[in-house]
Amino acid sequence: MNIKINRQGSIESFDIPFQSTTLLKALFYIKQQEDNSLTFSSNCRSGVCGTCAVRVNGKEVLACSYNYQEGDLVEPLAYHEVQRDLKVNKQKVRETLKNSKAWLQSSQQAEITQEQVELTQKQTDCILCDSCYSSCPVLELNPNFIGPFALTRAYRYTADPREGNIQSIVDTIQTNGIWDCTLCGNCTEVCPQGIDPKMDITMLRGTSSQFGYNDPNFQAMDFGFGGF
Amino acid sequence: MIDVLIIGSGGAGLASALRAKELGADVLVVGKSYPTASQTSMAQGGINASLGNVTADSISSHITDTIKSAHKLCDNHMVEYICHDAPKTIEWLESLGVPFDRTAQYKVAQRQLGGASSKRACYAQDYTGLKILHTLYDTCLKEGIEILEEYFLLNLITEEKVVLGAIFLDIVTGEVKEIRAKSTIIATGGYAGVYRGFTTNSEGATGDGIASVLRAGGVVSDMEFVQFHPTALKSSATLISESARGEGGYLVNSKGERFIDELLPRDVVARAIASQIANGDEVFLDIRHLGEDKILHLMPQEVHLCRLYENIDPIKELIPIKPVAHYSMGGIDVNRELEVTGLKNCYAVGECSNAKVHGANRLGGNSLLEIISLGRLAGENAYKLNVDYSNRDNQQLQKEQEYIESLFEEYPWERNFYQIQDELGRKFYNDAGVVRDNTKLNNLLNELRVIKADIDNMGIGDKERKNNTNLVEFLQFKNILEVGEVILDSAIVRDESRGAHYKEAFPNQDDKLYRANSLYWIEDGILQNRLVKVV
Ligand SMILES: Cc1cc2nc3c(=O)[nH]c(=O)nc-3n(C[C@H](O)[C@H](O)[C@H](O)COP(=O)(O)OP(=O)(O)OC[C@H]3O[C@@H](n4cnc5c(N)ncnc54)[C@H](O)[C@@H]3O)c2cc1C
Ligand code: SF4
Ligand code: SF4
Repeated sequence: MNIKINRQGSIESFDIPFQSTTLLKALFYIKQQEDNSLTFSSNCRSGVCGTCAVRVNGKEVLACSYNYQEGDLVEPLAYHEVQRDLKVNKQKVRETLKNSKAWLQSSQQAEITQEQVELTQKQTDCILCDSCYSSCPVLELNPNFIGPFALTRAYRYTADPREGNIQSIVDTIQTNGIWDCTLCGNCTEVCPQGIDPKMDITMLRGTSSQFGYNDPNFQAMDFGFGGF
Repeated sequence: MIDVLIIGSGGAGLASALRAKELGADVLVVGKSYPTASQTSMAQGGINASLGNVTADSISSHITDTIKSAHKLCDNHMVEYICHDAPKTIEWLESLGVPFDRTAQYKVAQRQLGGASSKRACYAQDYTGLKILHTLYDTCLKEGIEILEEYFLLNLITEEKVVLGAIFLDIVTGEVKEIRAKSTIIATGGYAGVYRGFTTNSEGATGDGIASVLRAGGVVSDMEFVQFHPTALKSSATLISESARGEGGYLVNSKGERFIDELLPRDVVARAIASQIANGDEVFLDIRHLGEDKILHLMPQEVHLCRLYENIDPIKELIPIKPVAHYSMGGIDVNRELEVTGLKNCYAVGECSNAKVHGANRLGGNSLLEIISLGRLAGENAYKLNVDYSNRDNQQLQKEQEYIESLFEEYPWERNFYQIQDELGRKFYNDAGVVRDNTKLNNLLNELRVIKADIDNMGIGDKERKNNTNLVEFLQFKNILEVGEVILDSAIVRDESRGAHYKEAFPNQDDKLYRANSLYWIEDGILQNRLVKVV
């Protein structure tokens, strides 16, 4: 079988002398037998460490959890600085977690039911693979957009009964945050963990209204009509 | 000046960072991958604490179970420490926001794991390690803890056995850099990755920290003890959790015969499977009789893994399995304060260390407990230590730079180390695996020494400085050779069977000779060893 890899803009083609298995195995085969310089990231081989996400034919997948097909084009994640071949810089994208203050702001004692745990069970399955970020069209226009996984994580903490200061998170995600999302659903479609960041963003919009925030896009429109 | 340098950003590293920071320390965490990529993310089953939320339990039963599984090779004091600390550990994780499952009474839910006399493992669905690790990571961001990613530990900086910090390869830039600190904590994870292709562990479980301690003149211990998990997928070595057997799955050979009570302890089941395989048979896990509904409800992850990695449908077909290396009990030898034996200003914690809480066999759920509970202890102790030698003169950086430089220049690429590493993984599995035999161990040790001597004929084909993963993998391979030598030698010395270490020719536990920790260190370039009786 043959796969193609986008290496710094030039497309190279490789023959894999075995039947389709995981893409990660194919990448290792190339690196170990054909070309030591092929560069990609991986670690757990079982879909939980979030390291090996790439794009295949334009769609994000985990290399360890995808069986490659004849002619597949493998590329690095989008909206990440490509360091080399398929290896990208995730450090900068991790900053979005700081920008969204995606943690427990102030821990309070709370009685938690299993139903409440299940409410954000999916959200806490996130492996930080960055697939959703790579699929999000908003980043094309606004590189400062906090992006799907950080917003999902912010939502997860607002929904945690232990969170004693929801306002703090809500305040943080107004700019370059929830209102910038176009609700296109790309992130939801590519998430290997079945997480639905689009829904989480919608939920955060609801919470934000409770705290008196409105969609600034509508406000801008109001201004356009009634201003001056 | 950095007070505490933490090498490794898994559960143990992050827990110690948070504790040291809480006490006011200036901390720096350095890891070869992103924190959330650490192997801690792979833990599924749970973390032990005798909360008694589901079935009656007590700290003393937790202690008793742990000691029993350790086969007289643990330090009872350390076992008591973690078992007593376990409820507080869960409380701490709770306060950070770990989404543990709940009982109907709003308490943390607990499940049964092998070898426990009660439902003791707190869990967050099937993602306990993942959710603990990510919550710790979020908290580190909150506390503003500085984390350097993609820094590969090359060596500790030592001056008369005092550790002054460490030297790293910055993977992204390719530069070799030193980081000095008042005290250093090593939290680099285990070494079951030596069994490449035959392990549930991640690719990075290559015992780097352990090898660096050996090179620095420190002591490692009990390296022969590697736990094998009975059921991993045959082709990918991916873990199929114990629950498949717990729910009533059968183990059968190719004739369709059951050959063992599936619910016996891990090491017993693993040996039974290994003996079938040694006799040329194949072994399968059969869950078909549980029915489609039950399978899909109880084991969705397993079904997915089988389809993905084995190309089979476990609802209709047998699942081909093999036992694989899963956890390393041995590691960097530490005292009760978690200070590395033979070195000063240096601590080790987590799977890379041997704090003697698991002895000859680890209980499921106790390692997550260890990394958090002792992780915090390490952070505390490392910060308390207040002697600062870190400004001492030292020439090591230059040597390390020269060495890395030489890899770019001098090494011909005559032998493919990847191929050797794969072969070695298979040989470790066959000859130093579930069932051991002195002749095979000796042969493999000789072979390994030949490979070691031939290292100059191997090297890196990729000559680009930046983001050179070929270089990282080569350095890991070298660590595997050093760690592997100790595994083999210590396995040869121990002529008995105890916990995870089993020799057919010596099937009994021999307390008179071998109720002892096996210590290894390098002196004048030569590997030395000594058995030290457990008191
Ligand atoms: C599949 C699986 C399931 C498991 N299930 C359970 C369970 O249910 N319950 C339980 O208690 N235990 C379980 N375990 C065991 C448990 O997960 C580990 O023992 C534990 O997570 C180890 O944590 P750690 O922090 O010591 O190491 P790790 O999480 O492995 O972290 C090591 C860190 O060190 C870094 N590092 C390594 N080498 C270098 C270097 N050269 N330079 C710089 N940094 C380096 C790595 O990048 C990483 O950040 C399981 C293990 C596996 C593999
Ligand atoms: S739904 Fe929103 S966050 Fe998700 S990809 Fe679309 S624009 Fe981005
Ligand atoms: S939300 Fe899904 S796609 Fe996005 S980082 Fe998390 S696991 Fe990956």
